[in-house]
Amino acid sequence: MSKGKLGATLTAGLWKRLPPFRLVLGLCPSLAVTTSAENGLGMGIALALVVTMSNGIISALRKLIPAKVRIASYIVIIATLVSIVETLMKAYFFPLSEQLGIYIPLIVVNCIVLGRAEGFAAKNPPLLSMADGLSVGIGYTLSLTLIGSIREILGVGSWFGLPVFGAAFEPLAFLVLAPGAFITIGILLGIQNLFSRWRGEKFVQG
Amino acid sequence: MDLLYLAISATFVNNILLAQYLGHCPFLGVSKRIETALGMAAAIIFVTILSAIFTWTVLTYALIPYGLEFLQTLTFILIIASLVQLVEILMKKKSRSLYNALGVYLALITTNCAVMGVALLVAREELGFIEMLVFATASSFGYALALLLFAGHRERLQISAIPKSMQGTAIALVTAGIMSLAFIGFQGMAS
Repeated sequence: MSKGKLGATLTAGLWKRLPPFRLVLGLCPSLAVTTSAENGLGMGIALALVVTMSNGIISALRKLIPAKVRIASYIVIIATLVSIVETLMKAYFFPLSEQLGIYIPLIVVNCIVLGRAEGFAAKNPPLLSMADGLSVGIGYTLSLTLIGSIREILGVGSWFGLPVFGAAFEPLAFLVLAPGAFITIGILLGIQNLFSRWRGEKFVQG
Repeated sequence: MDLLYLAISATFVNNILLAQYLGHCPFLGVSKRIETALGMAAAIIFVTILSAIFTWTVLTYALIPYGLEFLQTLTFILIIASLVQLVEILMKKKSRSLYNALGVYLALITTNCAVMGVALLVAREELGFIEMLVFATASSFGYALALLLFAGHRERLQISAIPKSMQGTAIALVTAGIMSLAFIGFQGMAS
C-alpha cells in the first residue's frame, strides 16, 4: 500500500465522497437530528466511530466471510458496534442520547455504514478501510454540523446554545420543524451542484 | 376512541416520512414513477406490520423477562433482515415483473429506517399488542400515502423546467419540504 493511496482515501470523504451531499446516503438522520449544531455534531461523531470500526473489522474478516451471507454478517457486526456506542452514550452523554433518541440505534440501518462496508471494506486491507471510514465519518460530521448550524442560527438565533443575534432578531421557527430540514438540505445540495458545475466536474446526481 | 386517535396521529400528524424523517433512501430512490412507488409502498406496509408483530413478541416475551434489553438493536435488525428475505423469495415466486421493477430497493428494505423505526418506536412507547398493531398499520399506511403523493409530484417535476443545479435530488427535497409543510396543517387535529 502506497502512502499516496492512504492520503487520497483520507481526503476523499471531505469532498469527493462527502456524505450526505455527494453520496446521497444516510439522509434520515441528516434530516432528523440536525435541529441544532450540537445534535448534528453528536450524531456525526457516533456515526464516524461506528463506520471506522466496522470498516476495520469487516476488512480484517473479509477473507473469512462467505460471499453469500456477507450482508447478514456485516449487519451483525454493525449492530454489535452500534449497541456498544449506544450504551457508551447513555453512560457518558445521557442528555445528548435522549435528544438523539431512536436515531442512535437506527445507525444500524444507515446506508452509509453498509455502503462503505460493501463498497470499500470488502475489497481493501484493514488500515486503508479504517482510513476510508474515518474520512467519510468526518465528512458526515462536518455536513451534519453545517446543516445543524444553519437551522439553529436562523431558526432559533443561537449557535451551540449561545445567542448569535440581538433580541431584535425574529427567528424563522419553521426551520427547526420538519419542512425546514428538507428545504435546507435541498438548497445546500443545489449550491453544491452549482459549485461542482462551476469547477467543471463531471457529476450527475439523482 | 384512543385507538382512532393513535391511528390518526400516526398516519397524518406524526407521518413517519414527513415528520419523523424515516425511510428516505427508497423515498428518493423509487419515487420517480407511480407504479414502482406503489410496489414499494405495498412491500413496506407488509414488512412493517409483520416485523412490528415479531419484534414486539420477542421483546415482550424473550428480552424483557430476562433483562436483555441491550440486545434490542441486534435482535430487531436480525428479525427484519430475515423477514425481508422471506418477502423477496415470495415476490420472486409470485410476481416476477414487480420483482424486476423493484430490483435493488427490495433488498434495501432491510436498511430502511422506517421498518426498524416503527419497531423501535413501539418499544420506546411501551405499547400493548393491539396498540402496536394499530400504530404499525397506521404508520405504514401514512408512509405509503406520502410516497405515492410524492411520486405524483416527481412525475410532474420531470417535465418541468428546473434550474440545472437543482435538478434531481435537490428539487425533490425542496418539494418534500413543501409537502411536509402541508402535513403540519394536520397538527391541530391531534397533538
